[in-house]
Amino acid sequence: MSTTVSQLDKVKDGPWNGGRSPWNLEYGKIMMWFFLVSDAFTFSAFLIYYGAQKFAQPTWIDADKVFQSIPGIADSGQPLVFVGIMTFILIMSSVTMVLAVEAGHRNSKHEVVKWMLWTILGGLMFVGCQALEWSHLHHQGFWFGRNPATGMTDPAMIAETLRPYFTNDISYTAALQFANLFFTITGFHGFHVSIGILLNIIILCMTLNNTFERRGTYLMVEKVGLYWHFVDLVWVFVFTFFYLI
Amino acid sequence: MANHENIGAHGEHGHEEGMDKKRIWSVFFVLLALTALEFLIALGFVHHWGILQKGALVNTIYIVLTLVKAYYIVAFFMHLKFEKSGFIVTTSIVFLFIIYFIILILVEGNYLLTHFQEHPVFPNK
Repeated sequence: MSTTVSQLDKVKDGPWNGGRSPWNLEYGKIMMWFFLVSDAFTFSAFLIYYGAQKFAQPTWIDADKVFQSIPGIADSGQPLVFVGIMTFILIMSSVTMVLAVEAGHRNSKHEVVKWMLWTILGGLMFVGCQALEWSHLHHQGFWFGRNPATGMTDPAMIAETLRPYFTNDISYTAALQFANLFFTITGFHGFHVSIGILLNIIILCMTLNNTFERRGTYLMVEKVGLYWHFVDLVWVFVFTFFYLI
Repeated sequence: MANHENIGAHGEHGHEEGMDKKRIWSVFFVLLALTALEFLIALGFVHHWGILQKGALVNTIYIVLTLVKAYYIVAFFMHLKFEKSGFIVTTSIVFLFIIYFIILILVEGNYLLTHFQEHPVFPNK
């Protein structure tokens, strides 16, 4: 009997014949990245629409005049300070997340637990701050579909009510669009943070349960970490476009 | 599972030295410094001292600083800088569409501004 193998049965080992991992990444991690790319598109669409509204309106609300309270400390006159604290909290929780990932590489369970706890605490603090910010704006009269002048009919009254929020010309539509977009975009971001906290708690429980120790890898911490950094990344953009510009 | 470990052995664990504790904190301080700079411009130069005016220049500075911050978060915290170049290209090239979208929609917004103003039903009380 001949030992020649037919052309078709030969094991192919060229670079395009499969059997290798060109990105050297685990499947779930790649899928997390692709999810985040698509999520980035959603947030981009929101922020670009915000920009389009700003470009389409002859005048726009002055963020420095809307956000100037520090809950529990000052009711007005402190622009940017509170959002600065929120930004710091979120960046800090991103750092503790990386430290948890780094501890995971060293298979150090108690360090992963410690840093995950700090990350969850940071996330909860951020969501709490956002709730304070929302309730402050709501008390001023801003909400989905309404601004402080909603319901008024006298143009002079409307102008008087909205004057504190504008530097130049006053526009009812601009104030309304600002309120809608602020609550939609920060709401969608806050929703992401809340989901992130939930995922972090699940990961923490799995760590305490020795799931990753038995698996031999803390890769799951990395995947949730990617999501958490993405939430931080989005906040960097929201912060710039809502509060600074 | 075997595949899992195999990838782990050759993949990101090979780059473990890429993000040690020292590196993490140095990236954190870069992010902190950039944020502090933004606050210095917003609260100091624009609000308090009035050296700079709100406008195109300040906005450009803010956007550039934001993009630098985004780079640091994605490259180091999300570890993208240490992945294979093919993967970096795959995840970032699609944002060309976003750049196109930004240009498209801002031009559109500008058009609406100049044309709706002349229209009597423009709902601007």
